[in-house]
Amino acid sequence: MTQEDNRLGIVVSGSLSKGIEVRLDGAASVEDVVVGRYVTMEGQRRRFFGMITDVGLGVTDQRLALNPPDVSDPFVAQVLAGTSTYGIFHVTPYLTIGGDVASLLEGPQPVKTVPSHFSAVNLASDQDIELVFGKEDSERFWIGNPLDMETKICLNLEELVKRSNGIFGKSGTGKTFLTRILLCGMLQKSKAVNLVFDMHNEYGWAGTREGGPPVKALKQLFQSKVAIFTLDEANSRRRGVSTDFVVRIGYDEIEPEDMALLRQTLNLTELAIGAVYELHRKFGRDWLQAALDLKDSDETGALLEELKIHESTFQNLKRGLANIRRLPFIEPHAPDDVVNRILDHLDRGINVVLEFGRYRDVTAYVLVANMLTRRIYAQYQARTEKADADGSAKPQPLVITIEEAHKFLNSEVAGQTTFGMIAREMRKYNVTLLVIDQRPSGIDEEVMSQLGTKITCLLDNERDIDSVLAGVSGRSELKAVLAKLSSRQQALIFGHAVPMPVAFQPREYGSAASYSEFSGSALEAGKQAEKDIEELWGDSGAS
Amino acid sequence: MGEVVEASTADFVAQCYELYQLPPLGSLVKTRDQEVELYGVVCNATTAGLEPGRRPIARGRDEATEEAVYQSSPQLMKLLRSEFSVLVAAHRQEGKLYHYLPPKPARIHSFVYQCPPAEVKELSQSLDFLTVLLNARLPVSPEELIAACLRHMGQAQEDRRAFLVAAGKELAVLLGDEPNRLRAVLGRIKP
Repeated sequence: MTQEDNRLGIVVSGSLSKGIEVRLDGAASVEDVVVGRYVTMEGQRRRFFGMITDVGLGVTDQRLALNPPDVSDPFVAQVLAGTSTYGIFHVTPYLTIGGDVASLLEGPQPVKTVPSHFSAVNLASDQDIELVFGKEDSERFWIGNPLDMETKICLNLEELVKRSNGIFGKSGTGKTFLTRILLCGMLQKSKAVNLVFDMHNEYGWAGTREGGPPVKALKQLFQSKVAIFTLDEANSRRRGVSTDFVVRIGYDEIEPEDMALLRQTLNLTELAIGAVYELHRKFGRDWLQAALDLKDSDETGALLEELKIHESTFQNLKRGLANIRRLPFIEPHAPDDVVNRILDHLDRGINVVLEFGRYRDVTAYVLVANMLTRRIYAQYQARTEKADADGSAKPQPLVITIEEAHKFLNSEVAGQTTFGMIAREMRKYNVTLLVIDQRPSGIDEEVMSQLGTKITCLLDNERDIDSVLAGVSGRSELKAVLAKLSSRQQALIFGHAVPMPVAFQPREYGSAASYSEFSGSALEAGKQAEKDIEELWGDSGAS
Repeated sequence: MGEVVEASTADFVAQCYELYQLPPLGSLVKTRDQEVELYGVVCNATTAGLEPGRRPIARGRDEATEEAVYQSSPQLMKLLRSEFSVLVAAHRQEGKLYHYLPPKPARIHSFVYQCPPAEVKELSQSLDFLTVLLNARLPVSPEELIAACLRHMGQAQEDRRAFLVAAGKELAVLLGDEPNRLRAVLGRIKP
């Protein structure tokens, strides 16, 4: 494509805060201009990069709109297009690059001004996109292509994992595929290890695909770098998954904080949670066993009296605890310490996927995820502090992936859970989150504001859109883009890891070629071939 | 084809050597003032008696055809004259074409010629003359004149349609606040 083909129009008005109005030139059709596309604006001294966020129609005279001319005549239609009737579109500027050598080396910078009047506006070319997002290399990972373009959008994964990130979207819009792609990227390009709480058994061995055969997941692509832990051995075996460890949790591992998190799902009262803390103070680690052992007797009455727990509160609590006891992976005493096992793997650079098997109900997920995370986080915290103190190596950066994140991070509990803490304190202790959710409005505002990079598929609930875009500059414009995403395989990414927001189509996942690209075997095969050639020629040269 | 008989900066009037040998409305003509060549658009034409106060009288009652009227009164050819007015739109000085008014008006008795197609094409490369035509005060409506002129120019183009579309677009800009006038012109120049 030449510059001429890419030409769209000229800048006619605008401001930095509200964006720039561009009038379409005669040759370009307004129907070819779509929101989410990238444009470059050629100012006098610098170039600007922006995204089309709105498209509209204009007439020079209202009488024309009231008495429409006869456009069935192609001549009249051709004359009026671009003159009396014209297309306008709105561009939000994001980046700028100066014309001199120094600023070219510096690369694109956040925009602080606007292009001058009547600057030419062109569709961004593949080179422009590459200039902004960089090329795929040892740190950058190709996640997809901008809408209607061939260029690759690359994410700097080292940067990405330094902060907590979020993936949002309605159910069925491709969150899981996107997450899988991102996890593959982390396995391939970053030094971080992952711990995935896999509620629907999608990330470990194989994942489902609507209207097609299952797709390979992490373990099949990265055999040596992934371990699958399971809560439900029978289910895993039935699905043909080779698991590395079966998780069992002892009563004594459950702490009052876990109960606080489960208050809503177990239908417990505030007072019941207070009672849990009282019981914990009284019985210590064995509080759960002790509470379950309490019979309806005078002694119990006396005990409750002593702990200032009301009878009805205790009954409420007991019902809740019975629910927990019913979970098959909970045992009075766990045979092995699962936290140590996980940490063991993580230390060796092996990523852990924890499958929940049949136990997909929220109680199990919240309980296990929170409990494990709290203890792993405590370990990381201790190790990082030790490393800071004596200068030894810090633990490997850890990314914890959680689904249904609003259960852990809603405003009611975000202050208490470890997840809330990780999200807020960010990378201080080398632990970050990858939050996956379909109702972002349910997540605490403070947590949302701390997420570094957000990737969002289609959302149509007004509150969800608002919460995802809260605090982003130019949010009303992004809102227009977000609301117009296709319901499948399109997403918008913005935040820390990308220089400017971009609507993109995630790269293909599910074909044999894509697998080999992800697992890097293609790369290795290429290297092997190179090596073979070298040896061959080296040998022949010697003989 | 004729001779300038009245001239001002923006326009001139020429008389035809032959009665009724008038150039078509909107066609391009040229004349010369020493070194400067003046180009203009024919914007009006009249045929009337020589003496302003004396109107011709009807003579055809006893004649069979219109031609017979002229044959039986040969003096008519001398008593009547055809004149046309020209709006000056461009001039050429030292070989270079300028699409605006010349420094001086045409001289009386300068000869007036029809522009050949090559020159029409050259003149139509700039559409600036449309502004001149739009703003002129004429007995003929500017829309009619512009339409006639563009049709005439269109014939000299290789791609007539492209020329008319380009001219139409220019007009759409000039007549941005007068869609009805624009519509009138477009209706008259449709290829």
